[in-house]
Amino acid sequence: MIRFDRVTKRYPPDITALADVSAEIGAGELVAVLGHSGAGKSTLLKLIPAIERPTSGSVLVNGQNVGALGRKALPYLRRNIGLVFQDQKLLFDRSVLANVLLPLEIAGFAPKEAKRRAEAALDKAGLLARARALPVALSGGEQQRLAIARAVAHRPALLLADEPTAYLDADTARDVANIFTEFHRVGVTVLLATYDAGLFPAARPLRLDHGRLA
Amino acid sequence: MRWLGAHWNALRLALRRLAAAPLNTLLAALGIGIALALPAGGALLLNHVTAMTQGMPATPQLTAFLAVDAERKTALAAATRIRNLPGVARTQLLAREDTLARMKSGALADAIGVLPNNPFPDAIVVTPADSINEVPAAIEQLAATLRQWKEIEHVQVDADWARRLAAFVRLARTALLLLAALLGVGLVAITFGTIRLQLLTRRAEVEVSRLLGATDGFIRRPFLWHGALLGWLGGIAAWLIVAAAILWLRLPLAELAQLYGFDLLLALPDAAASAALLAGAALLGWLGALLSMRQFLRGME
Ligand SMILES: Nc1ncnc2c1ncn2[C@@H]1O[C@H](COP(=O)(O)OP(=O)(O)OP(=O)(O)O)[C@@H](O)[C@H]1O
Ligand SMILES: [Mg+2]
Repeated sequence: MIRFDRVTKRYPPDITALADVSAEIGAGELVAVLGHSGAGKSTLLKLIPAIERPTSGSVLVNGQNVGALGRKALPYLRRNIGLVFQDQKLLFDRSVLANVLLPLEIAGFAPKEAKRRAEAALDKAGLLARARALPVALSGGEQQRLAIARAVAHRPALLLADEPTAYLDADTARDVANIFTEFHRVGVTVLLATYDAGLFPAARPLRLDHGRLA
Repeated sequence: MRWLGAHWNALRLALRRLAAAPLNTLLAALGIGIALALPAGGALLLNHVTAMTQGMPATPQLTAFLAVDAERKTALAAATRIRNLPGVARTQLLAREDTLARMKSGALADAIGVLPNNPFPDAIVVTPADSINEVPAAIEQLAATLRQWKEIEHVQVDADWARRLAAFVRLARTALLLLAALLGVGLVAITFGTIRLQLLTRRAEVEVSRLLGATDGFIRRPFLWHGALLGWLGGIAAWLIVAAAILWLRLPLAELAQLYGFDLLLALPDAAASAALLAGAALLGWLGALLSMRQFLRGME
């Protein structure tokens, strides 16, 4: 489903975040990208929805070289991926429900259907009762679950998550980790970056060390 | 259907944002309204004046007055001479005693009654040929010719001031068009600035939307509605300003016009003009938002 082919990513002026990385992630796999801070985990994930583009080498998603996609094609790639960002990127001026509605509206669902799916996603994340609240009123763990609900509301076949359990206490981290294991179980391809490999025993590890695959 | 849903969502979002900052919305609408009220009110006034001048005689006439003490046969001879000039269709002699009789039954009867002598001279009303009417200068030329005749004391071109008014209306129309264009640009600038401020505070939203796969069209949509709605609200403000001005001014203006013998009673803009005002304002607001979005999205590359 995803293939990294000799991918190098340099940031200006001369930071090499990824060096000659080759890897393959099959459909339905659960893969954990591991490594120290600054190892290049986030960079690796960002290459898939073409938030960053490789300096050399290629990233193929479903056979499509995403590094070469034009501006007009990008939205259609991204709509098929669920993204949980390291910094969550919730919109704090709209309700919990409106946050989850956003990707559905972007995908062009009719208002009724979008609402149905958003509420289903919130229900699964245990946040349905908080649908009308603003995200600031949620706890850290709840905000993380909201970010996940937003990522999966449109039922993407591929789910990317960057440190989804960071800053959570051990119990909450386990709950959140279980959500991803659940998605993996129902056939979603899951690729996540984490410090804590122990939370994802079922995941195939992909270890990065200073931008190189170890 | 999908398209409709997308617009419905964007419209609701825009409405919510306008309602969330009512004072900003009100001030922007008022600014736009004042800018639009000037050309809108001017156009209305001009339309009334145009309608009024259309009731006036289009064919100019010359009146040549003889001296008060001129003999009747001099007047008759002059009339014949004028009739034989090129460019003259008809002449008609207004005898001074007829004029006096007519004036005595008019508004100035009392004043005229006390005069010892008939103050009116014989007058010859000259109707120019149609060919001459198409050349305004030709009438002036005819008048100049008659002015040189020693038996004629005074020549008056009757439609003179009507023509001046028509020329003034033409000029005012051009000036108004210029003003409207200028203030239209002003309106675009106001919405451009408002949407720009909106975008600065909503940068995160735009970025997240992009990351989630939003097209530029999707991102633009609520902001374009925002701009259009602002323009539309401004149009309503302009309408209210114009309506208030009309209600205040219609009577004094009617009295003033009456002094010149005209009926000029301003009416509120009709449905078509009102709709055009609102639609035009919305369109300009939309354009301002579109330009603002274009600049912003380019800057985000
Ligand atoms: N936009 C950027 N511009 C310049 N350098 C960057 C940028 N993004 C990341 N880097 C650098 O690239 C390297 C890899 O960063 P990356 O964010 O991929 O690491 P990470 O493994 O996700 O780290 P963490 O666990 O702390 O999130 C780091 O040295 C980082 O400073
Ligand atoms: Mg990271």
